[in-house]
Amino acid sequence: MADPVVFAEGLHKSFGDTHALRGLDLSVPRGTVCGVLGPNGAGKTTAVRILATLSDPDAGHARIAGYDVVREAGQVRARIGLAGQHAAVDEKLTGRGNLRMFGRLSHLSRREAHRRADELLERFGLMDAADRQVTGYSGGMRRRLDLITSLILRPEVLFLDEPTTGLDPRSRGEIWDSVRELVADGTTVLLTTQYLDEADQLADDIAVVDHGQVIATGTPDELKATIGDRLDVVLEDPAALPPAATVLTALAGTDPTMTGADRLSVALPGGGFRLADIVRELDRAGVAAADVGLRRPTLDEVFLRLTDRKEPV
Amino acid sequence: MTDLAPPLGRRLRWTFTDGLTLVGRELGRLRHDPGELVAALIFPAVMVVLFGYVFGSAIQVPDGGDYREYLMPGLFAMVTFAAVMGVMTRMAADASRGVMDRFRSMPMARLAVPFGQTGADLLTGLLMLAIMVGAGLLVGWQPHRGLIPTAQAFLLMVVLRYALSWVGVYVGLAVKNDQVADAMVPLFLPFTMLSNAFVPTDGMPGWLRFLADWNPVSALTAAARELFGNPGAPSGNLAWPLAHPVTAVLLWSAALLVIFVPLSLRAYTRGGR
Repeated sequence: MADPVVFAEGLHKSFGDTHALRGLDLSVPRGTVCGVLGPNGAGKTTAVRILATLSDPDAGHARIAGYDVVREAGQVRARIGLAGQHAAVDEKLTGRGNLRMFGRLSHLSRREAHRRADELLERFGLMDAADRQVTGYSGGMRRRLDLITSLILRPEVLFLDEPTTGLDPRSRGEIWDSVRELVADGTTVLLTTQYLDEADQLADDIAVVDHGQVIATGTPDELKATIGDRLDVVLEDPAALPPAATVLTALAGTDPTMTGADRLSVALPGGGFRLADIVRELDRAGVAAADVGLRRPTLDEVFLRLTDRKEPV
Repeated sequence: MTDLAPPLGRRLRWTFTDGLTLVGRELGRLRHDPGELVAALIFPAVMVVLFGYVFGSAIQVPDGGDYREYLMPGLFAMVTFAAVMGVMTRMAADASRGVMDRFRSMPMARLAVPFGQTGADLLTGLLMLAIMVGAGLLVGWQPHRGLIPTAQAFLLMVVLRYALSWVGVYVGLAVKNDQVADAMVPLFLPFTMLSNAFVPTDGMPGWLRFLADWNPVSALTAAARELFGNPGAPSGNLAWPLAHPVTAVLLWSAALLVIFVPLSLRAYTRGGR
């Protein structure tokens, strides 16, 4: 595999007594979407700020496209785009005015800045609002403008720091569509989010961050597999609970939990369980099941399991 | 820093063109928000009426001149001092809304933001001053000592304004929060009024008079009165800045620039590091 386009090793950063990062490692291959997932205060934003040259690490180092984020910050800045939790645009200007201004500040010629502004407005569906002041934009439109402002220089790496926090479902969907389009163009995206469905939807790989460290990495499927599938059984007769529980305990190796008067749920270790086998086992014990479900855990369950608040090391 | 920096010539050109782009941004904001322009027009009118006619009717000018002739240099100084508040709120708004971070993460010239902001303030400041001059002429104020001293007076205002705008850059970057910055704006009034702009300082209690005499607003007002030939030239046992107002304004400007330009540049480039 080619060198990772985003690479961080042993990043440490403290603010006073707060250790925001405690040896964070990260590696993102070119052309992929890496979802950095973690609870509030886990260090996601601090990590992005260091990678985007806004902050220097206390220890460790990071490279973007081979350039060091501290010593070669100028080279890094020419290759990245950053869209943050704010809509970081000038509210008093129009959408077009913002794109032209940021284009000029990126040292495009006047003509090129104008052309690029129109191109982005057209492509991301903001042409109708191009000549309105941003003050009159909806939350979703502002974020979209913020996103395309970070695309003016066709960045190799795009940092999206919680790009859809506080947006309604429709606007989130629109941002997701825009991100997918960028990825299709070959842009590498590093996305921080607290929404697991967002990571599930967009990310090729996920890094779960907690207490300033990466505590798990993998594709969404791999992460889900680490906690196994979940088996839910709904009984026809609540009286059959004890024998059903015995069957499930034998299968899973742990006691099931009652999720209702007539239903049980248990996590199955690893894979390799077939629905048909489970139904046969229940049958043999004389348990009549109204419904038997075998499902993948959601990323939420993975996330809660992994970030279960332990004492910080 | 061992950054693979572009050559100095290009860096300087970028600083200049990026600064100009940011000046253009401020002008664009004014065009889209004529309300700010209207407010800028109303403010001098209100001040001239309020002080010139309401308070002025009860204030005696020391050497018996017309109060509105006495007042206008003070109002010019007040408008000049507004640079601190204007630049402070703009910097703080950019910092708290993430615009500053966007600038910092872009390959633009590092010094363009503070230089662009202070440059833009200079242009809006000239506009405000022109409006205030118009208001003054309407109520009977005029310079009496000819072209050169008049030009010198306005030049002093511009110089001090530019120096004060760097105080605004630093404070805005330091507070980083537009709400805090907005809450600080009303301090503008006591700071400008604690001076000789509206009344002579002789009658103030000793400690207050000391503060007022050493307020740069007072030095600028005294210098402008002298150069315009307006009444109210102080006499008697004077504090040094009022005895040498032109020199005092120049020294104040130099001191503010020497202190706040490096502080601001450091605060900008270090940002949230």
